[in-house]
Amino acid sequence: MSLAKPDAINISTKQKVALAIGIIGLFILALALFNTNFPNKGVFLTLALGLITIGIVVYSRDAYLTKLEGIKNDGVWFKSISSRGVWGWIVGVILTTFYIVLYFYPQYLGLDTATKDHANNTGLVSLFDPLSQLLSGRNASQWFVYGALYTVAILAFGYKFILKYRHNRYQQIRTVSVMFFQLGFAFLIPEFMYVMNNDLPYYDLKSVWPLNYYIFDEWSVNGFLSNGSIGLALILFGIISIFVITPILTYKFGKRWYCSWVCGCGGLAETAGDSFRQLSSKKMSAWKLERWLIHLVLVFSVVMTTAMVYTYLGYDSNDFWLTRGVFIALVIGFLTVVFAGVMLFKRQELGKDAKYGAIGLFAVIAILITMHLTGTNENVFYVKAGNLRSAYGIYIGSIFSGVIGTGFYPILGSRSWCRFGCPMAAILGFQQRLFSKFRITTNGGQCISCGNCSNSCEMGIDVRHYAQKGENIVRSSCVGCGICSAVCPRGVLKLENDSMKGRINPTEVLLGNDVDLMDLVNQK
Amino acid sequence: MEHIVIIGNGISGVTLARHIRKLSDKKITIVSGETDYFFSRTALMYIYMGHMKFEHTQPYEDWFWKKNRIDLRKAFVQHIDTDKKTLALDDGDLLTYDKLVIATGSKPNKFGWPGQDLDGVMGMYHKQDLENLEAYAPNNKVCKRAVIVGGGLIGIELAEMLNSRNIPVTFLVRESSFWNGVLPEGESVMINRHIKNHHIDLRLSTNLKEIKSDSNGKVKSVIIEETGEEIACDVVGLTAGVSPNIDFIKSSNIETGRGVKVNRYLETNVPDVYAIGDCAEQHEAIGNRRPIEAVWYTGRMMGETLAQTICGNRIQYKPGHWFNSAKFLDIEYQTYGWVFSKPKEGHAHFHWRHADDTKCITIEYDISTNQFVGINTFGIRMRHETFDTWLTENRDVDYVINHLSEANFDPEFYSHYETEVLSAYNNQLQTA
Ligand SMILES: Cc1cc2nc3c(=O)[nH]c(=O)nc-3n(C[C@H](O)[C@H](O)[C@H](O)COP(=O)(O)OP(=O)(O)OC[C@H]3O[C@@H](n4cnc5c(N)ncnc54)[C@H](O)[C@@H]3O)c2cc1C
Ligand code: SF4
Ligand code: SF4
Repeated sequence: MSLAKPDAINISTKQKVALAIGIIGLFILALALFNTNFPNKGVFLTLALGLITIGIVVYSRDAYLTKLEGIKNDGVWFKSISSRGVWGWIVGVILTTFYIVLYFYPQYLGLDTATKDHANNTGLVSLFDPLSQLLSGRNASQWFVYGALYTVAILAFGYKFILKYRHNRYQQIRTVSVMFFQLGFAFLIPEFMYVMNNDLPYYDLKSVWPLNYYIFDEWSVNGFLSNGSIGLALILFGIISIFVITPILTYKFGKRWYCSWVCGCGGLAETAGDSFRQLSSKKMSAWKLERWLIHLVLVFSVVMTTAMVYTYLGYDSNDFWLTRGVFIALVIGFLTVVFAGVMLFKRQELGKDAKYGAIGLFAVIAILITMHLTGTNENVFYVKAGNLRSAYGIYIGSIFSGVIGTGFYPILGSRSWCRFGCPMAAILGFQQRLFSKFRITTNGGQCISCGNCSNSCEMGIDVRHYAQKGENIVRSSCVGCGICSAVCPRGVLKLENDSMKGRINPTEVLLGNDVDLMDLVNQK
Repeated sequence: MEHIVIIGNGISGVTLARHIRKLSDKKITIVSGETDYFFSRTALMYIYMGHMKFEHTQPYEDWFWKKNRIDLRKAFVQHIDTDKKTLALDDGDLLTYDKLVIATGSKPNKFGWPGQDLDGVMGMYHKQDLENLEAYAPNNKVCKRAVIVGGGLIGIELAEMLNSRNIPVTFLVRESSFWNGVLPEGESVMINRHIKNHHIDLRLSTNLKEIKSDSNGKVKSVIIEETGEEIACDVVGLTAGVSPNIDFIKSSNIETGRGVKVNRYLETNVPDVYAIGDCAEQHEAIGNRRPIEAVWYTGRMMGETLAQTICGNRIQYKPGHWFNSAKFLDIEYQTYGWVFSKPKEGHAHFHWRHADDTKCITIEYDISTNQFVGINTFGIRMRHETFDTWLTENRDVDYVINHLSEANFDPEFYSHYETEVLSAYNNQLQTA
């Protein structure tokens, strides 16, 4: 790529060949997109995905295996693609366009929108029909195409990532984990579940509410409930996931168990998005924006979900014990108990944020009560609950998480959705900050303030800010990817699960200085 | 309001300013000529290697200084008048102070080699050196070979930098093995091999005789002292250590030796004038430390300490147990306590090396009491706090070896080597 700044960073001949192979694969997909009707779709699909994968594999092997094990960040800020150069913008625009078409104009991908089972797909979607037929005996939808490409991206770039960090077992195991969950849980199992029982709604078992914001929609709940015990089991699993499994795992391991080991959004960010992690803003102002945005989205998703469930519940407890009144009371009660618990045990850690928490809680309660008072069979706040739900779906589910979250990888960094938008991350982060054994321990006085850690934090955490003060990193947004620890040239950072005591350790004078001075200053 | 003026915005000056601000409302001005804002000198290499941009090496955002009422003045101080308490700046201004702190850091050593001031010959200390390198060695077409003179921590960083742009490097090291004035034999030779594995042309026991110029006053080649060999090159990096950057002080009343002479309170011979960081020289060395400690951590500690004194709580600079760290290409190095290149009188070394030749540890201990004196660790991260505690508790070497896993600081899922170390230790005892 001649746009790279210092020419010496140029890629080798082998890498150029690999790029060419990958581009041929992409080109086949592009031809399909522009309605080339390939004769033998199965063969061409295999060829396209195969060439892309081979391209990435050959490229990575030449880039990493020809050098000794170690940190491989040379030239990251010189390469156009990874430093918001021309290539970065080009890729950003292509990705963004792809997402807009995918979410809002799937017919341009060739989706047959006339029939329910997409009998007459054309273009790109039809290229994927053979694979979809093979897995679940039906034609592909735009989501199947997306899922397949997504999975290929995580697998191929996951392989690249494993080679890049071949000296680091934490990184390797974590990456195998996201590859496994994407291929199995997000891609294959839902297809097989469809084969077993084609009335069940699509359910990616690892996708937990509120990330999976449609699980409690009426059609979804009805879909589960009309399917006997398996459906019931699935929806119960959904509820247990958020109220039992998630809190326990987050307590033991921090939110990383989900965000950088299991989640599909995280999986893509960690693999295909790895080249862009350094682009996330480390500014204090970005942090402030993050805290406002992510909590607003959380409030929105809680209110939206409550409203959705609310509208399909009845008034009369004779039909079903869970009436609207009971439901609203339960939600308010639950939120209040959580808040009271936090205030009781964690008032100190919360500091100034307690005030915002209280305001937020009362706002949500006020909204919910208003909803109850103004609600009718269809409407909440005088608008259709369905509208609220589709607004959430469009603005948060599609535009924020897809178009901006992934389309803007080369501009905003790989995790802008996880950082600014994901309500699941907000919940897990809240718990991580207050009730978790996880922290990143700082190694005494060893930090040299070089900034490698902050630079490579995809969540935009200024890790150095803590490390250079000898302070542990306990931040709600940390997804525990461990890259800060990997790139630190002085061995300063260690992700660990340890006791809650002394987890947060503000210091003024660092280890290594006069012990009396440390006592004097740090005791204050 | 008392006006504290600090010359130098490096780690020592900035740490001092931050702590004075925490403790008081004094007016604080930092005068520094190199850059507008504090940056991490230790990260210079990563800019050239493309891991980071210059702005990423600045630990504080630009608004930080104003918010904390720390005035920044970009200028070089040319002369200090301690009678009138004024500084003459290179832009013609005068600046008065109530208390003055000299934190001007170091400059690269030059030993009077012929040709040492040619174009394309540079040290690697200041931001300007980096800009110079970028100009003379942007890639391997402009710079076909670089020669580095001096095998210390900065020399090996420079070698890694040039290597990242595929520029062939010849690395001239005076000693018979890399950094063996500090590292014990086993470690030093392991690093020699690691350097060569990176295709760096390492020349041990080799001195520079002279640097030759082309017709435009730019370096053309170097001549080796021992063999007379001429090596063609486009860049010469001089990394044979650093010394205090204090030439401008010599015209004042402040006492200087190699550095600015200070007592344990970091006070100079002139009242209200102090010195910290790389440029300060203790009258007498503290323990095993050197009178001039040119490392990041000690600059920071002096800053933390002097802030107390300046704010009315006069205390001595009393550093705790020695520690340090570095990275040799891909191999991280940490040290806690004292390990000397040859065991001190009455001491011995226990050395273990992993078969993959990238990990090893050396422990120095007292033969008669078995007391643990210090550890060097390569390729295995160790916990500072644990070793600091063990040193304070005067643990013996058996205890340390048997509890080594408590000190491990490697990322989760890494292989552990404690049992291997322990059996090596037991074997060594039996054969000893
Ligand atoms: C490439 C490199 C890598 C290093 N890596 C490590 C490491 O890994 N670990 C470690 O412990 N140490 C390391 N060091 C050493 C460490 O950086 C220094 O010990 C430390 O920066 C010294 O800080 P200081 O505040 O004393 O001085 P400096 O950082 O040198 O700051 C002094 C400032 O004062 C300015 N100044 C000087 N004279 C004047 C004047 N007359 N008027 C105005 N301003 C003036 C200088 O331009 C400079 O900006 C490294 C050094 C280099 C060069
Ligand atoms: S923690 Fe490590 S990577 Fe981060 S600033 Fe400190 S030394 Fe650099
Ligand atoms: S702080 Fe470290 S572990 Fe956490 S998200 Fe940032 S880089 Fe990953």
